[in-house]
Amino acid sequence: MSHELAVGEQLPSREFEPDNVQLMLYNAVLWNGHRIHFDLPYATEVEGYPGLVLAGPMLGDWLHQIVDEWLGDQGTIRSIEYSNRAATYVGDVLKVSGEIIAVDHEHSTAVIEVRLENQHGDNVAPGQVTVAFNVPTGQAS
Amino acid sequence: MSSLLTPELLANIGRSSLPQREYVTRRDIRKYAVATGNRQTKYLRGDVAPPMFHIPLFWDVVELDKLTPDGVSVDSLLPVFPLTRAMAGGLKITYYKPVYPEMWLTSVRTLDDIYEKAGRSGPLIFYRLVQEIRDDAGELVIVEETTRILR
Repeated sequence: MSHELAVGEQLPSREFEPDNVQLMLYNAVLWNGHRIHFDLPYATEVEGYPGLVLAGPMLGDWLHQIVDEWLGDQGTIRSIEYSNRAATYVGDVLKVSGEIIAVDHEHSTAVIEVRLENQHGDNVAPGQVTVAFNVPTGQAS
Repeated sequence: MSSLLTPELLANIGRSSLPQREYVTRRDIRKYAVATGNRQTKYLRGDVAPPMFHIPLFWDVVELDKLTPDGVSVDSLLPVFPLTRAMAGGLKITYYKPVYPEMWLTSVRTLDDIYEKAGRSGPLIFYRLVQEIRDDAGELVIVEETTRILR
């Protein structure tokens, strides 16, 4: 996290390139048996998808992750609002980024706009995260 | 007057699930952290749960014959809607307290609202589910609001 928080500051971005092993592990952890996530012939031939579909909540997790990593031990995520706008697939390259859009120095909180773009530049999971700092926002380091 | 939302359908607003009580383990936290590609040691060791760990903790565990042919468990809280094609929805998650191994958490889900809007290509049905997760002291830990759209 940076020194002095300001609107417009960019968070470190991260690229995710999930393969079918990660997708399988994620759905196994959830106990999610939806075929579109592991059965390629079903996903493509029956449902008409171009590939194995990434689970929507996994994208939501990644939106959290870049904010949570940036915060470290200096704050916590209070809330998030986001939507899954389009399907993503194994083989996609997904870039998660964030930008501070509001800072409340009095209450040591900030709002971060997060986005998850696929390799075509489509923002498939836009959202906003509200964070609270346990240090003054003007002196965070 | 709405054309799709009958009084019978709207009567489902306010329906809640039975409380679901689950136990948090370090191992389950570690598996979730690994599967999501998390890089933070505190989560990979299972010292504390990362955000969204409540998703796997409360995912429905149903028997094989309760799954649909495409492997999905049917949400018994939802009525049969006259529109079935799901569009993108949205989530709002509010975190009140951290989640640690050996905590017991209880979830109650409520069908909070059903409403209709006119879309460009026809009517849309929206419904909102609210999931309240509390610890054994009864204090709120997480609240998740999910809005889904049907066309």
